[in-house]
Amino acid sequence: MTTTTTPPRDSSSAPRPAARSAGALLIESMRANMRQYGMLIALAFIVVLFQIWTDGTLLLPNNVSNLIQQNGYILILAIGMMIVIIAGHIDLSVGSLVAFVGAMSAVMMVKHDMPWVLALVLSLLIGAVAGAWQGFFIAYVGIPSFIVTLAGMLLFRGLTQIVLEGQSLAPFPDGFQNIAKGFIPEMGPYTQYHNPTLLLGLATIAFLLFREWRDRKRQLAFELDVLPTGLWVAKCVAMTAAVVAFTLTLASFHGVPVVMLIMCGLLIALGYVMRNAVVGRHVYALGGNKAAAKLSGVKDKRVTFLVFVNMGVLAALAGCVYAARLNAGTPQAGLNFELEAIAASFIGGASMSGGVGTVMGAVIGGLVLGVLNNGMSLVGIGTDYQQVIKGLVLLAAVGFDVWNKRKVGR
Amino acid sequence: MSAPLLEMRGITKTFPGVKALSDVHLSVRPGEIHAICGENGAGKSTLMKVLSGVHPHGSYDGEILFEGEPMAFKDIRASERHGIVIIHQELALVPYLSIAENIFLGNEQTRRGFIDWNDTLRRASALLKRVGLREKPQTPVSDIGVGKQQLVEIAKALSKEVKLLILDEPTAALNDDDSAKLLDLIVELRGQGIACIIISHKLNEIRQITDTVTILRDGRTIESLTVRQAPSDEARLSEDRIIRGMVGRDLDHRFPDRTPYEGADAGELALAVSGWTVRHPVDHQRTVVDDVSLTVRRGEIVGIAGLMGAGRTELAMSVFGRSYGQYVAGTVAVNGRPVVTKTVPAAVDAGIAYVTEDRKRYGLNLIDNINRNVSLASLPGMRRRGAGGFSGFGGFVGFVGFVDEHHERQVSERYRKSMNIKAPTVFEQVGRLSGGNQQKVVLSKWIHADPEVLILDEPTRGIDVGAKYEIYTVIDKLAAQGKAVLFISSELPELLGMCDRIYTMAEGRLTGEVTRAEATQEVLMRHMTKTRSKS
Repeated sequence: MTTTTTPPRDSSSAPRPAARSAGALLIESMRANMRQYGMLIALAFIVVLFQIWTDGTLLLPNNVSNLIQQNGYILILAIGMMIVIIAGHIDLSVGSLVAFVGAMSAVMMVKHDMPWVLALVLSLLIGAVAGAWQGFFIAYVGIPSFIVTLAGMLLFRGLTQIVLEGQSLAPFPDGFQNIAKGFIPEMGPYTQYHNPTLLLGLATIAFLLFREWRDRKRQLAFELDVLPTGLWVAKCVAMTAAVVAFTLTLASFHGVPVVMLIMCGLLIALGYVMRNAVVGRHVYALGGNKAAAKLSGVKDKRVTFLVFVNMGVLAALAGCVYAARLNAGTPQAGLNFELEAIAASFIGGASMSGGVGTVMGAVIGGLVLGVLNNGMSLVGIGTDYQQVIKGLVLLAAVGFDVWNKRKVGR
Repeated sequence: MSAPLLEMRGITKTFPGVKALSDVHLSVRPGEIHAICGENGAGKSTLMKVLSGVHPHGSYDGEILFEGEPMAFKDIRASERHGIVIIHQELALVPYLSIAENIFLGNEQTRRGFIDWNDTLRRASALLKRVGLREKPQTPVSDIGVGKQQLVEIAKALSKEVKLLILDEPTAALNDDDSAKLLDLIVELRGQGIACIIISHKLNEIRQITDTVTILRDGRTIESLTVRQAPSDEARLSEDRIIRGMVGRDLDHRFPDRTPYEGADAGELALAVSGWTVRHPVDHQRTVVDDVSLTVRRGEIVGIAGLMGAGRTELAMSVFGRSYGQYVAGTVAVNGRPVVTKTVPAAVDAGIAYVTEDRKRYGLNLIDNINRNVSLASLPGMRRRGAGGFSGFGGFVGFVGFVDEHHERQVSERYRKSMNIKAPTVFEQVGRLSGGNQQKVVLSKWIHADPEVLILDEPTRGIDVGAKYEIYTVIDKLAAQGKAVLFISSELPELLGMCDRIYTMAEGRLTGEVTRAEATQEVLMRHMTKTRSKS
């Protein structure tokens, strides 16, 4: 517990922080991440709702795999979009960029018989260059991102049609298709479950528990407040249970989809960068108050530029995944993906004015949309009604946040 | 004595977790100027928000009587209909609209649903005349200074047939000249029967014009004191008496005793600026800082005095990474070594820190927490320098550019305690803190960056007396540890109380250098008003 420093001059003035109980600590951390917790609860609610509504089809192992593969590219885009929005910008071009990179990869592999690994690397490079192009105009020339990426939306869509000459290009090599459709290969003796998935699950649990334990140890060493032991143990148990359930579900089908591996890699890496890397902190500072960030030594132009390069690479990755899933490069690929990604970010806790949000939030927001899509398709709701419902969910999510902020008071 | 114009009785307002006001009473007589004093966080602004309907009826307990009638305002418009108009500290004018459009914004002068421009302009000119502002009503608000904008706000209030005018820190952003004009205007309005409530930290102003002072502390009414019986009387209440009410005890010293620096390198030059010349960022013909040379020694606090527009902030910001204007000439040396401070990171690297005068715009990320605001300026620099001196908590950025969050939190927790930042944890959003506590966060940020030279620009602006003393103590401690402090302030007593030497500036030039022994307010003011002879 904190020892409250008594103001030397006047102990009676000003509201002093009272000694905090465990509950208060919990509520405090809940309040700080209200939107994310709220969305996590909403996600759980939606999952349970459709699980009942579809008579258990939603969480059948093959549908869970399907769900992940269906939404992989949107989640990848949402992660990049979240960072762009945190920095106080927007990117409308990602849908077109998805199409363009998909088209380029098709040209490289289908027309020129390039090895798929090389084509993938070149595709990501194309994404980086496209991101650098837009980042240059936004960061160094100072054109608003809305305009630059609106231009990019037209530009990349047009280039897609030029590259493809209006046709679809297919098919891709198997290796490339595996990015979107494949699973990690089975190994070892027959166990009824998918062995590598079980191992990955175990490794995840070990890692999570190790991190929890190390964080707690360090927090105690630094004499910071920690969760009471009971709550902490409960948290660890809950985490373990969730991972076990998820692992068993996946392991009883084909195992971990490749795209999920990519997703988790991005989530961990970019989540860590945004939270703990200097450049990540600078993104938050820029989005929160650009003038103050500049006067604190943040290299605003470079950071903005990098944010868009990152978005470009992620859009390219999503473009490859999407093309691999369709098994074709088509001129109409990625239509409205930018809007899905933006919606996922806002559902997941981004703020229109920037400076707020987490990578995890983008994934949660993307999953809310994904589960809605999948669940509604399973129960046979038409795409017309699906759009209406998704629109209302976006409105409700942000509305809840606004209402919640107002209630807490300024 | 006549019946009160306004009576607020037993006002209690709670926010989740905090009782902002408890059982507050306020009584304003017709045609008086009534000051509300109190430290930051005492509940002054909340009380005014209750009165003006920002916090609607039903969200608080207690009753409001205006002209003897009970009132239940559900929004600002409701209170304005009864003639209660509030002018906020942050002016609410639309910069690209004209003065006239701003005055009648939300209250447009129309004929058959369309704006009647003739009537609008005619009435606007009449109002401008009444507040003594000589500008055309068509002038865009962005073209006039803050002082004049304040007058436009008052004209806007007059257009609503105001009976009770509420001013929140009206002179905080004004120079002495504009302040004096504004205060005269308020006195004049009293003559026309308009009552006025002023929230102010400037006790001399309160003594100068108000009739009654109500003091709030910790959300309670402490006392109401009579400043003068009749408008023509001299003030009978001393500043010390008001301060005593605000802090709950006598304030013997308004400034801490200076602690000398006793390091071996005491007296060595820490900062030397010479021939510094800067032009206006847009108007390149205008020289804003003209050939300024100054020095600050280790352990020394050096003040810069000057009126608004003298070029003090512009000098500081252009030295700090050329953050202002177009650089023309001049050199900077830190600890005797010439340094190039072309960018902010370069300036920070060279050991210079600049604490801005406008903490909300340039100093803080208001939507983020204390923790991350404190660490921001140290993120890139920690590896190079390591923290010594005042901070002494070590760096928290590892060698590959990742932040050690636990260490970071430990550092910011220690600042929260050592600087006495009033917040339950370092995860409190900075935007929710009071001005004084926000200032302590900005100071913590720069102290932890461990600079050699700290440029403090109006570090006590908009802060209450108690918090000011705490800030002064911090500044003294920094100097005692051998830092060089350049202290820019518009409050002369503060410079006199804290500085070893004081430079004065006027029209972008240094006009004088006065030692602590020679300095008086009169001497400084004479140097500050030394303008170029108009030949």
